[in-house]
Amino acid sequence: MNALSQHRPLLSVQHLGKHYGPRIGCTEISFDLYPGEVMGIVGESGSGKSTLLSCMAGHLVPDAGRVVFDTALGPRDTVQMSEAERRRMARTDWAFVHQNPRDGLRMGVSAGGNVGERLMAIGARHYGAIRATAADWLGRVEIAADRIDDAPRAFSGGMQQRLQIARNLVTAPRLVFMDEPTGGLDVSVQARLLDLLRGLVRQMGLSAIIVTHDLAVVRLLADRLMVMKDGRVVETGLTDQVLDDPQHAYTQLLVSSVLQV
Amino acid sequence: MIEIDNLCKSFTLHNQGAATIEVMQNANLSVRAGECVGLIGASGAGKSTLMRMVWGNYLATSGHIRVGGLDVARAEPRQIIALRRETLGYVSQFLRVVPRVATLDVVAEPLLALGVETATARARAASLLTRLNIPKRLWPLSPTTFSGGEQQRVNIARGFAHAYPALLLDEPTASLDAGNREVVLDLIEEAKARGAAILGIFHDEAARARVCDRLVDVRDFAVQAA
Amino acid sequence: MTDQAYNFAYLDEQTKRMIRRAILKGVAVPGYQVPFASREMPMPYGWGTGGVQLTAACLTPDDRLKVIDQGADDTTNAVSIRKFFQRVAGVAVTEATTEATLIQTRHRIPDTPLRVGQILVYQVPIPEPLRFLEPREAETRKMHELEDYGLMHVKLYEDIARHGQIATAYAYPVKVEGRYVMDPSPIPKFDNPKLSGSPALQLFGAGREQRIYALPPFTHVVSLDFEDHPFVASKADHACDLCAATDSYLDEVIIDDDGGRMFVCSDTDYCGGRRAAGYVGRLGGQA
Repeated sequence: MNALSQHRPLLSVQHLGKHYGPRIGCTEISFDLYPGEVMGIVGESGSGKSTLLSCMAGHLVPDAGRVVFDTALGPRDTVQMSEAERRRMARTDWAFVHQNPRDGLRMGVSAGGNVGERLMAIGARHYGAIRATAADWLGRVEIAADRIDDAPRAFSGGMQQRLQIARNLVTAPRLVFMDEPTGGLDVSVQARLLDLLRGLVRQMGLSAIIVTHDLAVVRLLADRLMVMKDGRVVETGLTDQVLDDPQHAYTQLLVSSVLQV
Repeated sequence: MIEIDNLCKSFTLHNQGAATIEVMQNANLSVRAGECVGLIGASGAGKSTLMRMVWGNYLATSGHIRVGGLDVARAEPRQIIALRRETLGYVSQFLRVVPRVATLDVVAEPLLALGVETATARARAASLLTRLNIPKRLWPLSPTTFSGGEQQRVNIARGFAHAYPALLLDEPTASLDAGNREVVLDLIEEAKARGAAILGIFHDEAARARVCDRLVDVRDFAVQAA
Repeated sequence: MTDQAYNFAYLDEQTKRMIRRAILKGVAVPGYQVPFASREMPMPYGWGTGGVQLTAACLTPDDRLKVIDQGADDTTNAVSIRKFFQRVAGVAVTEATTEATLIQTRHRIPDTPLRVGQILVYQVPIPEPLRFLEPREAETRKMHELEDYGLMHVKLYEDIARHGQIATAYAYPVKVEGRYVMDPSPIPKFDNPKLSGSPALQLFGAGREQRIYALPPFTHVVSLDFEDHPFVASKADHACDLCAATDSYLDEVIIDDDGGRMFVCSDTDYCGGRRAAGYVGRLGGQA
């Protein structure tokens, strides 16, 4: 990925808001994400970061604002798209990695079938080619080739998460939404997953938005950081700048509350 | 290459009664291509703070920091990311890497980020690690388990992997033996020779004398007591 | 003679109109599952209550009804339903495919080609082809709406991965006119090609699941497959032991305690017709 061709944002979020009755889910969220950028969204539970992610990914309908994505046909507001268009985009240009692999995998379908589903959904009809692609992707996420016909319920948590990533990236999406991708995993397994994600992001030139409450995860994965509190953005900037020289009172509290090891 | 104008920095500690600590006032400094400028001043005088502001790690309160034409004090995060990828290198005292990544790949990463072929990047990394006397058997291992001196050398190899037009060096020769210290000083001289602008902190006075063209005392930028 | 205690064909006229409206919608949108207010029928679910309601809604006093179960006219289910309509509608019945105007079937399409003007009513246990992969009804409806059918091929992929070939032998999914994926009811996949371009009107009813769908005459129906694992309409590799037919779907019948067996046409009318015309199979002389 070179910086020269990237003058236009891949995703432009403008004044996005979502209320639950009188309560704020998130409000007045605006930012641009450029090709190849990884942005982290941090904040405590209830800060609105998951609501924001759901609104951007089209899982929730926002009640204000625009989510403009640079589609093959130019920038389009995905909030105004028909459900059919949005779904087509969700299985080609977009990917969504859930915190719990169970939400992102078909637990009764083999690993190969899980990876192949997106290919088949966009019209792949050659079994041999689908299987070869699935096998290649299992290799890329470090799952042994002989597990291709095993169902994910026979996998460890870390393997399930890697399978979910393979299933999502097989169609070479341009934007990946991740909701606590390392949540619920052992620390050693987390490190492996982070390393894998970093490599894939660089090799594929992916843009990603990662929601997490783990500051170590964003320090390693994210170029930029957005800090949320009570549904609003309180601080944004370069990841290491926000973590090392936080400006807002809440960010200072957040950073100083991390246990050092 | 590096131009610092009227740079000021203060920290506001919101969780400690909103105390504001002024640490720097009207710093002015410039480093030309091919020049090495050393920062001096007692510990806590603000050498590292200044370096971190140039790196974009600390936010400037006011003033300008121009590196290769980009004002780091005003730039968008993505511009700083591009600057760090292409123009500005940084050898810090601490190695911060993802555990599990092989040393060879840690060193090759700045080149891979620029889109250099994996084989070419690894070859460059291998030659630097060889020069810095990191035994080949350690290359496939993660540097997180290495000794302080080894980590420092891996960090240097990483900082010199790409021929950055501007370089920040924070104590590059600390905790190195004589042989490796010599290699690092050679690397710095080679970088100067190819036209890199270098801003550095050297506690090692002999090293400072050898590579620095000028010295700047950061106490000159200290906040005048009221 | 019609049992006068009942309205013609058992169901009241309002109910029949409601079902006919659902049928018309199904015909207008081939392969689309139309919800309808399925009634309690005087037989248990699983015995063909969906098909029976369709038949009741379509029957006229002039119709000639044939009922088959797995191709046979003389099995319990077929006999019960035929008797039911004889009693509540008084319509003529037949076992000959060519003579029938309306055929209610469970799990087969007759081997005798159908003609224009005939109606074939299928009994359907589970109308949703996506059901075993996606349990949520709201989600499967959305998938049909958005033609989000990747999942259907996942099922076939799993078959090949596990068995080396597409092992689905009945209820083999089809795509109707390039739009809706449809479950053809548990007919053997041997019958799938007969779904396409049939001159007869084909109606599908699922009583418990309250769905009606339809294939109007001459609808284009394609069985799903992979380029390198194409659909094959397979049957037992034998000729009928009674009538020597090689083009009909065969049942395997164990005939003694020594493992002796014979293959016979599952379509009893087709087999009988051939034997009447003089064709004799391997064991045809003894039967």
